[in-house]
Amino acid sequence: MRLSAEHLGWRVHGQRLLDDVSLTVESGETLGLVGPNGSGKTTLLRVLAGLRRPKVGRVLADGRPMRDMRRHEIARAIAFVEQQADTLDRLEARQAVALGRTPFLSPLRPWSERDDAIVTRALADVDMLPLADRLWHTLSGGERQRVHIARALAQQPSALLLDEPTNHLDIRHQLSILRLVRRLPVTVVIALHDLDQAMDCDRIGVMEGGRLVDIGPPRQVLTLERLRRTFGVHADLLDDPEQGRPVLRFRHAL
Amino acid sequence: MTGALRSMTSATAAAAPTRSARSAPSAWHWCWLTPLLLLLAVMAGTAIGETSIPLDSILEVLANRLWGAEFPVDRIDAGIIWSYRLSRALLAACCGAGLALAGVVLQALLRNPLADPFLMGISAGASTGAVSVAILGLGAGTLTLSLGAFAGAGLAFGLVVLLAHAAGSGTGGGRATQAAGAIILAGIAGSQLFNAVTALIIAKSASAEQARGIMFWLMGNLSGVRWDDVALGLPAALAGLAICLWYRRALDAFTFGADSAASLGIPVRRVRGVLIAAMALVTAAMVSMVGAIGFVGLVIPHAMRFLVGSRHTRLVPASALAGAVFLIGADVLSRILVPGQVLPIGVVTALIGAPAFALILIRGARS
Repeated sequence: MRLSAEHLGWRVHGQRLLDDVSLTVESGETLGLVGPNGSGKTTLLRVLAGLRRPKVGRVLADGRPMRDMRRHEIARAIAFVEQQADTLDRLEARQAVALGRTPFLSPLRPWSERDDAIVTRALADVDMLPLADRLWHTLSGGERQRVHIARALAQQPSALLLDEPTNHLDIRHQLSILRLVRRLPVTVVIALHDLDQAMDCDRIGVMEGGRLVDIGPPRQVLTLERLRRTFGVHADLLDDPEQGRPVLRFRHAL
Repeated sequence: MTGALRSMTSATAAAAPTRSARSAPSAWHWCWLTPLLLLLAVMAGTAIGETSIPLDSILEVLANRLWGAEFPVDRIDAGIIWSYRLSRALLAACCGAGLALAGVVLQALLRNPLADPFLMGISAGASTGAVSVAILGLGAGTLTLSLGAFAGAGLAFGLVVLLAHAAGSGTGGGRATQAAGAIILAGIAGSQLFNAVTALIIAKSASAEQARGIMFWLMGNLSGVRWDDVALGLPAALAGLAICLWYRRALDAFTFGADSAASLGIPVRRVRGVLIAAMALVTAAMVSMVGAIGFVGLVIPHAMRFLVGSRHTRLVPASALAGAVFLIGADVLSRILVPGQVLPIGVVTALIGAPAFALILIRGARS
């Protein structure tokens, strides 16, 4: 799915959360969103996911204004993984993933074997099939996050939006989740804190104070100047011959 | 008590094996088991009391009344069964089911385990309405206690909704999640306000006798229930059940919060508005007839989550059934626990409910 934003604006109490943001994510592309805390990454993702209507501008899904789409239509096309959504309910991992089928069901169109198959497939995609019957509160942080991603996959979306999905995870789970996301054949917009991990995206967008200050291929965007100006850090770019891309080495805060 | 508890445990036994199975047979079990359990509870509620009535005379009276059969039955027995106990048991079932459903919905939507049907200021408003009629003489005799209570409940709910709306337009991430917090806080503020007004009216104007009567009413009271009440309570409970079942997937979608529900395609504001308003109406109808019976709406949903899981396809019917059976049992106990005196049913629900719930909590923690 081709996802575009046109001149998005969002102000609350005089504070600009989004300021004239325009971007287009091509079908199948992975766009990384980076930026310091409070720069508007989460707000932008929420607007792109259709959870919020922008006060200014519009979002187009495959050329169609999202304003004209119904909630369940949007949910059939776009899945959103929040930061750390939690529950006190006693439910099994499989039941949490089954929630992803909600937009396709109605009181008159009940659960079918096909839905079962899709849920099983989504669990398998995130390597959670062996833990499918475990209760939510017995799962670790990384397992919960993988269940959330499986729930999003069960929506069979054309676009997947993720808000810092690797937060609070150990390095092994961070890498496995990012590898999983990169392999997906859908449009992905992913907010990331780790700039090194963002290097693996097709393109990177940099948010600062609600504005999209730069967007493009990682090497062009994440320059030393950018790291200094937007992130306030002094860093070096070291060449890693094995990966074929530079690695960031952070020196100190400015 | 034994009737209620036995019925509850057999409901458990029926529910437990079906928990992970998704096949049709388990659903069929429910279809015939639920009405059967309910029927047994109503029968027990009708049979047990200060004078025990054998089951066959109950069946004979029922046959006489419903199918025009002409069994010879003692006329006093027939009167007790038909005009007094049966209507009372049925209304207890309706109230139990309605309150439990309201609890299920509010706990699911607001993501707060302490949410109960009286959260939205309904019981506080109902009591203010009731004392306004009973003590201040509002309406000059044209208003009944029930009507006053219903009006008070509606007024309080409206006020809480306005307050929540005004407070809920905040900033920051997760506006839908914030709204849930605003509703809870507005409900607490509204309840406190109306409770204070009630206390003020009682303190200023009530005689000791009136104060005791109102106190009794506030704790819940099923005596004096007539078929007219059932005619209101039964449709209210059934409508509540139908709405909950219709929205069961939407309720499930709130598992990870309102924002997550929105991303699953649920029109959060509309669904939340419809469900909360419907449950407020059901609760107000029940409270206006029998007073504020606490505990059922808070604890039955939690107990049922432990027993049948948190998916609303199971939780909604299980809670409605358990609430109905529980309240019939509590009503029977309230009549026989102290000979010659009827206890407020709210006291009984809490007295049995609290230990029973503690047991479920402890067992749940072990599993």
